[in-house]
Amino acid sequence: MTYGPSAGQLVRPPEHHHETPYVPVFTGERREQLDTILSRYPTKMAALLPALWMVQDVHGWVSEQAVEEVAQVLELSPAYVKGVLSFYTMYHQHPVGKHFIQVCTTTPCNVCGAEDVVQAFLDATGCGELGVTSTDGRFTVIEVECLGACGFATPIMINDEFIESVTPERAARIVAERD
Amino acid sequence: MGYPNPSHGRETPVLSKYFGDPEARTLAGWRARGGYESLEKALGMDPVEIQTMVKDSGLRGRGGAGFPTGIKWSFMRPDGKTHYLCCNADESEPGTFKDREIMRWTPHGLVEGVALGAHAIYAETAYIYIRGEFTEPIARVTAAVEEAYAAGILGANAMGTGRRLDVHVHRGAGAYICGEETALMNSLEGRRGNPRIKPPFPAVAGLFGQPTTINNVETLTAVPYIIKHGADWYQGLGRDDNPKSRGTKLFSVCGNISRPGNYEVTMGFPFGEFLNELCGGALPGREIKAVIPGGSSVPILTREEAEGALMDYEGMVAAGTMLGSGGVIVFDDKQDMVKQIARLARFYAHESCAQCSQCREGTAWTTRILERIAAGDGHARDFDTLLSIGENMSGKTICVLSDSCATPVASGLKKFRHEFEAKLGPDRSRGVVPVMLTTNRSAVA
Ligand SMILES: Cc1cc2nc3c(=O)[nH]c(=O)nc-3n(C[C@H](O)[C@H](O)[C@H](O)COP(=O)(O)O)c2cc1C
Ligand code: SF4
Ligand code: FES
Repeated sequence: MTYGPSAGQLVRPPEHHHETPYVPVFTGERREQLDTILSRYPTKMAALLPALWMVQDVHGWVSEQAVEEVAQVLELSPAYVKGVLSFYTMYHQHPVGKHFIQVCTTTPCNVCGAEDVVQAFLDATGCGELGVTSTDGRFTVIEVECLGACGFATPIMINDEFIESVTPERAARIVAERD
Repeated sequence: MGYPNPSHGRETPVLSKYFGDPEARTLAGWRARGGYESLEKALGMDPVEIQTMVKDSGLRGRGGAGFPTGIKWSFMRPDGKTHYLCCNADESEPGTFKDREIMRWTPHGLVEGVALGAHAIYAETAYIYIRGEFTEPIARVTAAVEEAYAAGILGANAMGTGRRLDVHVHRGAGAYICGEETALMNSLEGRRGNPRIKPPFPAVAGLFGQPTTINNVETLTAVPYIIKHGADWYQGLGRDDNPKSRGTKLFSVCGNISRPGNYEVTMGFPFGEFLNELCGGALPGREIKAVIPGGSSVPILTREEAEGALMDYEGMVAAGTMLGSGGVIVFDDKQDMVKQIARLARFYAHESCAQCSQCREGTAWTTRILERIAAGDGHARDFDTLLSIGENMSGKTICVLSDSCATPVASGLKKFRHEFEAKLGPDRSRGVVPVMLTTNRSAVA
């Protein structure tokens, strides 16, 4: 069995990530969206997970500056936001490949051959290793724990897209279809 | 309906009746199938009356623990405080994928159950906490909630009753432990998903410190049917000689089986027939070796034990395991049980929230030892070490994730010991020699 890092501990990737000035997330329409979310809860803190999702949707990951911004709009300390952020595996604390591929290898999928699916993705993407972004910046492959679709082994996620019943052969095709 | 397979004649589709039917997903389609009639009826009933009806039906929580739903609801009394209902849609227990299908195919069925449940516990606000990876279920349920608001089913004047009913979808972000009820509340509040020490229990101080009820997706979706057809109808489903498990249950079946998918049967269904007839038995040329019947946290059964069991809470206990979440994981003769149990342990080690030392260290040690055995470098004394770690991990922590890791390891070691022994390192005496040396030395001293 080979196991790589989980999303929280990804190897910091590539030169392909250029430092660009931070663009705030919570302005204009998105600020209104956040206000709608805030109206659903009695505390501002409860909007933390939704706010982090909004950040990740815009920037693809949650940077130090984003942590500062979220902390400021929700009146929390940056350290607190970081503490929560680091608990959840789906938030990226580093930039990841354009297509972030998560393959379930927990026992029910494992007995159906999930490890071969992982290998097929590592080969087809050129990532070679789990958690490492391909040199062209397009792909990162990680293993993930049970995706709650065990009867459709092997399920994978590519960013927010959920794909069921992936075989090693299909893995290669899925990679070939991505830009 | 045995989605994705056609319904088997011996299923009793209630919750799964419209799985695979895209029209049932829309408000119009749901209404055409009798949807929201139960909510309308329930909004005209006193909450205590609903609680009693659900109690009489015999419905028990489908999230794993099997606590009687009506009794849980009856802890909620009108006390002038703000009450909350949380719907647990975190579904992350390996082997379980039933709530996902409910949300994908009948999102309005869930919204109706949630709104009804909120009314029954004197709450105006309900949150549906869906695991972050469930992007399609999130989209379906969100769309259903929006449709329900637009139609005046939810909102300030729910179904024209003058009552306020709000339902909000909250997306998780990847953490199995957030399925534990108090961890879910912390997560919803914008905290790390650490389970809370109980007491206080959620009914006293739960979400935002207020009286809260938390129920599983399948539990809440069943309630409108009980309101519609009556408590006696639900009581009537199940085996005659067990009054404690009533109604239908969705079982998710996965692993090495001919027809994986969801199946809905009445409580007490014979497990042997279920596996071999409904699910089509082993894959061609293979034989079933082991079954974990209730999600990965329950004791493993051998094929013989499984085939003799009855599928309800008491039947599974009689077989030495638990009904749990109803996630059935099947292993065939090709599988290496040591490797697969090691993989399960790794799951728990990865998902431990790390508050309790027994769990944080125990899950990691267990994983390391099992992976070493699986790699062919085990010692006979490792078995005792594993059991001793397991004992120290059970009944001593804030939540039962720790116990859940120890359980399949202990039962695996007991029932598939020959597979573990076959993996011991080349020097098979190593397990014995050090113990003898110690004894000898102390004898000399
Ligand atoms: C580690 C752990 C994970 C759990 N995960 C889930 C889950 O994903 N979904 C769920 O409904 N219940 C889960 N539960 C059970 C809940 O704590 C709770 O008992 C349940 O949601 C109550 O709903 P019910 O009475 O309708 O079953 C989990 C419990 C533990 C200890
Ligand atoms: S038992 Fe494990 S998961 Fe549960 S609270 Fe303790 S450390 Fe966290
Ligand atoms: S084990 Fe892979 S989806 Fe559940």
